[in-house]
Amino acid sequence: MDGPGGFPILSAMLAVPLLAAVACLLVDAKVARRVALGATLIDLALGISLWTHWNFGGEQWQYVERVPLFAGFNYALGIDGIALMLIVLSVFLMPICIGASWRSIEKRVGEYMAAFLLMETLMIGVFAAQDLFLFYIFFEAGLIPMYLIIGVWGGDNRIYAAYKFFLYTLLGSVLMLIAMLWMVNEAGTTDIPTLMAYDFDPGAQKWLWLAFFASFAVKMPMWPVHTWLPDAHVQAPTAGSIILAGVLLKMGGYGFIRFSLPMFPDASAQFMWLVFALSMVAVVYTSLVALVQHDMKKLIAYSSVAHMGIVTAGAFAFNVQGLEGSMIMMLSHGLVSGALFLSVGIIYDRLHTREIDRYGGLSINMPQYALFFMLFTMASIGLPGTSGFIAEFLSIAGIYQMSTWVAFVCTTGIILGAAYMLYLYRRVAFGEQKNADAAAMSDLDMRELALVVPLALAVLWMGVYPESFLKPMRQDIAALDARIAHAAPEGDSRLKVGEAKAAEPDDEHGGAH
Amino acid sequence: MDFAASLSLVAPEVLLSVSGLLLLLAAAWSGDKASRAISVIGVAVLTAAAFLVAPALCVGASGPDTLAFGGQMRADAFASFAKLLIYGTAGATLMISPSFFDRYGAMRAEYPVLILFAALGMGMMVSAGDLLTLYIGLELNSLAAYVLASFLRTDDRSAEAGLKYFVLGALASGILLFGMSLVYGFTGTTSFGGIHAALAGGMGTGALFGVVFVLAGLAFKISAVPFHMWTPDVYEGAPTPVTTFFATAPKVAALALTMRVALDAFGPQADAWQQIVIFAALASIVVGALGAIGQDNIKRLLAYSSINNVGFMLIGLAAATPHGASAMLVYLVIYVAMTLGGFVAVLMLKNADGDQVESIGDLAGLSQRRRMLSACIAMIMFSLAGIPPLFGFWGKFVVFQAAVEANLVALAAIGIAASVIGAFYYIKIVKIIYFDEPANKVTGKSDWAHQAILAVCALFISPLGYLLTVWLGNLATRAASALFVAA
Repeated sequence: MDGPGGFPILSAMLAVPLLAAVACLLVDAKVARRVALGATLIDLALGISLWTHWNFGGEQWQYVERVPLFAGFNYALGIDGIALMLIVLSVFLMPICIGASWRSIEKRVGEYMAAFLLMETLMIGVFAAQDLFLFYIFFEAGLIPMYLIIGVWGGDNRIYAAYKFFLYTLLGSVLMLIAMLWMVNEAGTTDIPTLMAYDFDPGAQKWLWLAFFASFAVKMPMWPVHTWLPDAHVQAPTAGSIILAGVLLKMGGYGFIRFSLPMFPDASAQFMWLVFALSMVAVVYTSLVALVQHDMKKLIAYSSVAHMGIVTAGAFAFNVQGLEGSMIMMLSHGLVSGALFLSVGIIYDRLHTREIDRYGGLSINMPQYALFFMLFTMASIGLPGTSGFIAEFLSIAGIYQMSTWVAFVCTTGIILGAAYMLYLYRRVAFGEQKNADAAAMSDLDMRELALVVPLALAVLWMGVYPESFLKPMRQDIAALDARIAHAAPEGDSRLKVGEAKAAEPDDEHGGAH
Repeated sequence: MDFAASLSLVAPEVLLSVSGLLLLLAAAWSGDKASRAISVIGVAVLTAAAFLVAPALCVGASGPDTLAFGGQMRADAFASFAKLLIYGTAGATLMISPSFFDRYGAMRAEYPVLILFAALGMGMMVSAGDLLTLYIGLELNSLAAYVLASFLRTDDRSAEAGLKYFVLGALASGILLFGMSLVYGFTGTTSFGGIHAALAGGMGTGALFGVVFVLAGLAFKISAVPFHMWTPDVYEGAPTPVTTFFATAPKVAALALTMRVALDAFGPQADAWQQIVIFAALASIVVGALGAIGQDNIKRLLAYSSINNVGFMLIGLAAATPHGASAMLVYLVIYVAMTLGGFVAVLMLKNADGDQVESIGDLAGLSQRRRMLSACIAMIMFSLAGIPPLFGFWGKFVVFQAAVEANLVALAAIGIAASVIGAFYYIKIVKIIYFDEPANKVTGKSDWAHQAILAVCALFISPLGYLLTVWLGNLATRAASALFVAA
């Protein structure tokens, strides 16, 4: 089933940024910025139309396209609700990235915009690919533009960070390729939906799971292979950080939910404690590390690792709440960490330092900025009313059903999260204006407002009415839960289901909570 | 089969030898000023030869109809596939050479003739159906190659390269001959079909030694570890167009020959040579990758890169299946495009005086001045590293797919993990070109022939190359199945 009127909307979403990327290489800086913004806005419009035309309760895979273009694999696209939400997140963040680099990028603008547009194509491709090898190509190809973005436009230590990013993620992924080859050889198809229902031998699942885990854990990133992330984040330009935190990290979580769990349910159950252990370490350890950072971007980078720990723990809790929680956590983290990196970028553009001590008392001279920064800080902590709350609540509720201890440890991470974020906010926005140059900074201009306001609205929307975001995914998450249910280990919380009250008239709302 | 039919099967070889001899006479009579004309004629002859061999590939020729001179030569689809690649790269070499040699006043009329004879020898190698044909083809190619390596007579490095290539090449030929004599002694025949039949009934220690020596001699020719030591020195010292030639055509010929010998003649004893090939594959991947890391000369670096690539191709051979052979052929095509592009890009790096720039450090910040050239080099490097969506990934993909299908999962996993080491030095080049401050050493203009060939190679390895996968895969499968039909 194609989109309305049979228009191949997913291919169009891939083609628009790709063509714009080529165009950006050929024109000068001023035009390149406009072309990039135009292309990302077109993709945003297409993404929104995907969402508004979504057939709720319809087929699992919608907007399917399939052309046998290549030897050995197909050009096959199609999305379910999970992929839909991640695509919407990607296309939503891209115009903001372009806007964030409008002035701060001055050298090689055309190439910069081309790299970002290429990234957009590849990210959408990752989430839309329905063919295993097509997925791999999109998944790996992101290395090239990201390597260039970090290496050419990054900070002082950019070369080390670019190498680290490239080699770490490459090493993680190549083993996955061998596993994919084996799977295709075994199952005789490269079709992802078919493979999701294929029962591999439990003995082989173990190896396949580990190979996929090597890739996704690095992308995620999970402790102890997270060390590329702080370096890459700190050295990347603002927009690079936004896209890295906002979307690229989601590829790991998406991988777990799309591949590891449905394709290898038995191995997932077997390795559940490995994931839990690494997630717990990530949550507590990286939160503590974040607490002592002097560099704002590094602090937010470590907080990302901590949040991703909750995503992985939630995904492997083997219940609907955990899965929903980890999906919402990914979406929420995409918005919030993107917004936080943008906030850092805004003051970095003015003072050209990320040193926390160089700021202070910004709420006096930048009240609007302080307001938005406060909102995003609170969302990161998980204050009710913001997206972070929904994400953390659902994930922890899901984890609790599987293991009360893991839930306990993850919750301490939330407390620590509050500590480092509030501490950051206090040092940046409150207190005396001890630095004259920081005190002289001007408040947000129209361009910056246009960037932060949509993010703020999205964060509040997800916090107040998460149903909009959960609804497209509900059916797919239920299907995934049913698929892995037979392997689910027994939890230790032994929830007693109370007497059901009279069935609520509207089962859609709150049904899964 | 009568004589005329045999002659028509070897028509490309006949064409090449006759025109080579005629051009040699022309060269002797008219001197070096005719070198350009002879080059053009040489390209035309190679093109004509390519048209002569193409039909065999298109119809997937195989079996007894393709045997010429009582099985001495085989003009089957497999030979045709390899020959097309060989003639193509030989033609490309002729196109890129004049502007390089003109600068040193060293463009001689015998240069195109030597390339033609080398191509002829390689054509005989890939269609050999007998150990003796194999050896004659190999030596014809090698003798031409020794001269080509030292073609820049005024340059010490070139002379050194020629000498090294000759001494070590002679040693390898000796090893090969020794192995061949053992195989002959223990099987009683030199024809591949006969050896195949003899080995099908089991293999003694003597024949095993023969197989090992033959493979060692061939490993030298394809510069697989541990017989790779000559490669960096020869590649560095030889004139760059000649290096381009060495890294492509003879590699194709030697690899195709190795495939034919291993899969056809020694096919029944695959278990015996599989271990050797697996070792050589992994060792080549690792040594090729590690050796490249410290290099400062881009030609040396590409030499190690070619060692590394041979390792990947040998993984396809280790599978010992038709699929593995076809994967190797696909990889070969992509490898040739990447290598040709890489060396042509090196040829295009000139300083303000028009001298060649070979030091990697001098490439710093190249992207700021030469955007297209830099983009092409970056693409070639990422492609060599096997990063999708560039076409180099497809080569690795099919080879590893074949290995996994042949149940060599551990080999595939180790091989691909080692490819990450190689990625390090490839992205180092990209780093130097894109991230470093400009050194502004590379300012010279480049020749249009170089630009054209680089553009074609870059287009081929760009993601557009994937549109060729079906076509390329079919051709390679046809060629590979001819190999197994003969066996």
